[in-house]
Amino acid sequence: MDQFTLNLLVVGATFALYIGIAIWARAGSTAEFYAANRGVHPVLNGMATAADWMSAASFISMAGLIAFVGYGNSTFLMGWTGGYVLLALLLAPYLRKFGRFTVPDFIGDRFYSQTARIVAVISLLVMSITYVIGQMTGAGVAFSRFLEVQSSTGLFIASAVVFAYAVLGGMKGITYTQVAQYIVLIIAYTIPAVFISLQLTGQFLPQIGLFSTHTESGMPLLARLDQVLVELGFRDYTGNHGSTLNMVLFTMSLMIGTAGLPHVIIRFFTVPKVSDARASAGWALVFIALLYTVAPAVGAMARLNIITTIYPNGTAETPIAYDDRPQWMHTWEQTGLLRFEDKNGDGLIQYYNATPEFAAIAEERGWEGNEMVTFNQDILVLANPEIAQLPGWVIALIAAGGLAAALSTAAGLLLAISSAISHDLIKSVFNPNISEKGELLAARISMAFAIALATYLGLNPPGFAAQVVALAFGLAASSLFPAIMMGIFSKRMNSTGAIVGMLVGLGSTVLYIFTYLGWFFIPGTNMLANTAENWLFGISPLSFGTVGAILNFAAAYITLSLTKEAPEEIQELVESIRVPRGAGGAQSH
Amino acid sequence: MSDKSASAYWAANVRIITICMVIWALVSFGFGIILRPLLSGIPVGGTDLGFWFAQQGSILTFIVLIFFYAARMNRLDREFSVDEQ
Repeated sequence: MDQFTLNLLVVGATFALYIGIAIWARAGSTAEFYAANRGVHPVLNGMATAADWMSAASFISMAGLIAFVGYGNSTFLMGWTGGYVLLALLLAPYLRKFGRFTVPDFIGDRFYSQTARIVAVISLLVMSITYVIGQMTGAGVAFSRFLEVQSSTGLFIASAVVFAYAVLGGMKGITYTQVAQYIVLIIAYTIPAVFISLQLTGQFLPQIGLFSTHTESGMPLLARLDQVLVELGFRDYTGNHGSTLNMVLFTMSLMIGTAGLPHVIIRFFTVPKVSDARASAGWALVFIALLYTVAPAVGAMARLNIITTIYPNGTAETPIAYDDRPQWMHTWEQTGLLRFEDKNGDGLIQYYNATPEFAAIAEERGWEGNEMVTFNQDILVLANPEIAQLPGWVIALIAAGGLAAALSTAAGLLLAISSAISHDLIKSVFNPNISEKGELLAARISMAFAIALATYLGLNPPGFAAQVVALAFGLAASSLFPAIMMGIFSKRMNSTGAIVGMLVGLGSTVLYIFTYLGWFFIPGTNMLANTAENWLFGISPLSFGTVGAILNFAAAYITLSLTKEAPEEIQELVESIRVPRGAGGAQSH
Repeated sequence: MSDKSASAYWAANVRIITICMVIWALVSFGFGIILRPLLSGIPVGGTDLGFWFAQQGSILTFIVLIFFYAARMNRLDREFSVDEQ
């Protein structure tokens, strides 16, 4: 059986599974559609949260992101996991006790204000829509790469599958498909990682292998990697080459951004009890950590592996000839993710970092530039099974895993978008008298509308799709997280304070990002060049979410000190969400 | 639940949260980033302890922290009789 048929079979089987779950888990009420009737076991919710959280980017790009920078990009590892501590300790149990369906629900009721609710809906829609674009394009790309179809065709197939289980099953369908998708993606990620770790270090666990001895050189793996990188003119892997301030602020922005993302928060509305919400965040992190502790090992090992493939006798000796390159390089050259150019016409592949400092050595050796001209970071994961010479079904599994990661995150985001429309806008603002059946129908129509919008944006992605994810985290960090936290931890916080805080946080973050990246990301409209010299106190636009959050808190407390504190009944409401007893099933208004 | 025990319960909760948050910040921002130069004398597999905390240790600590908090709060809920029945 050829690889294509195998990919088709494995991906087809997983899709059949997702559709089967959708038919089994049809939603019959709004409580089922929005919150799976609050009947999801905390461990299963942890798995679903992990799949919801880990996107196509986590699955495909994370290892490469770390491999090409090394220590400096540990920010992603700490930031995207540390946020769950904030969720478990500061938000999830109280929001579960509050017992509603959406994030704007909490903000609107706690701050007794339709304005606050609408500000929350707007920031939710902006961040979730920008985030979903990346998932849809990711799904399209994954399809086109593995199933040899046009990426637009791939996108339509992905939309149709999501449509089937999200419109039918709502949160209930999404939850149980996410559990299945988690299992597919974690198996796909782990198998090649274990094999590459065994080959390089003899260690079964990649997490241990990363800090073990590299069998071939007899040196510690990371020391060996540092050595060969420096010999080829790259910066060492384990050193810190960036600003410590930005590293701290960026990690913090990712942490509070993670805790403020609505599609993650709503997952904790699905468990039966407050104590389950706390434990479930722990389980979510266990399942996320299975990938996030393996990713840095995959990154470092794959990078070392590729260098030793090109320089089999050490970096001081001749590299391999282009004609002798391994089969996986042939395969991936066809995709354009890997490209060589024989600049000095010697038929050999010289891979190095052509910096001015390295020029003397390069000249002495007759090198005329780096000849591995394209080396896409996604290859480290995608080509891993081939590099490790694993059988075809593992490659097929990677295809299914990448698609599972993209689809599960897209579905979670689509639910956050559709419930904001049907529940927070239609039910809470425009038509409070809508019947249960009417709202369920509205929820399904909103979901269909959200999928259509996401498909359209996936087909015509705005050129700024990559930067927009940074914006989503910045907004979540600077608007929703502080508002929710003050809603729980400050009994006196009033509506004016919360609204002013959210607007200041949102406004300052958007302004700062647009100043350096262009208004609405239109190239050329940025007022200052996006370089470290221009940044305020050297703070990168990506790290600004932390500052936005601080400004949000400060503005809210200053406003509070000038206005009357929250009314008695709201303070009582806060008292009641602080204790677990009495968290019943789903309630509507 | 009386006002007095409600505020005692909340104060105890905030105290547990504070302890957990201090550890949370120490392993990530501390050991992983700011204090890494101080830990550079402690070798771990070809690099130093700070690198290990940045790429493995902080994540493992986060998991332990959440389960510790969940278990500690379950006990606190029972002590103050505010657990779910």
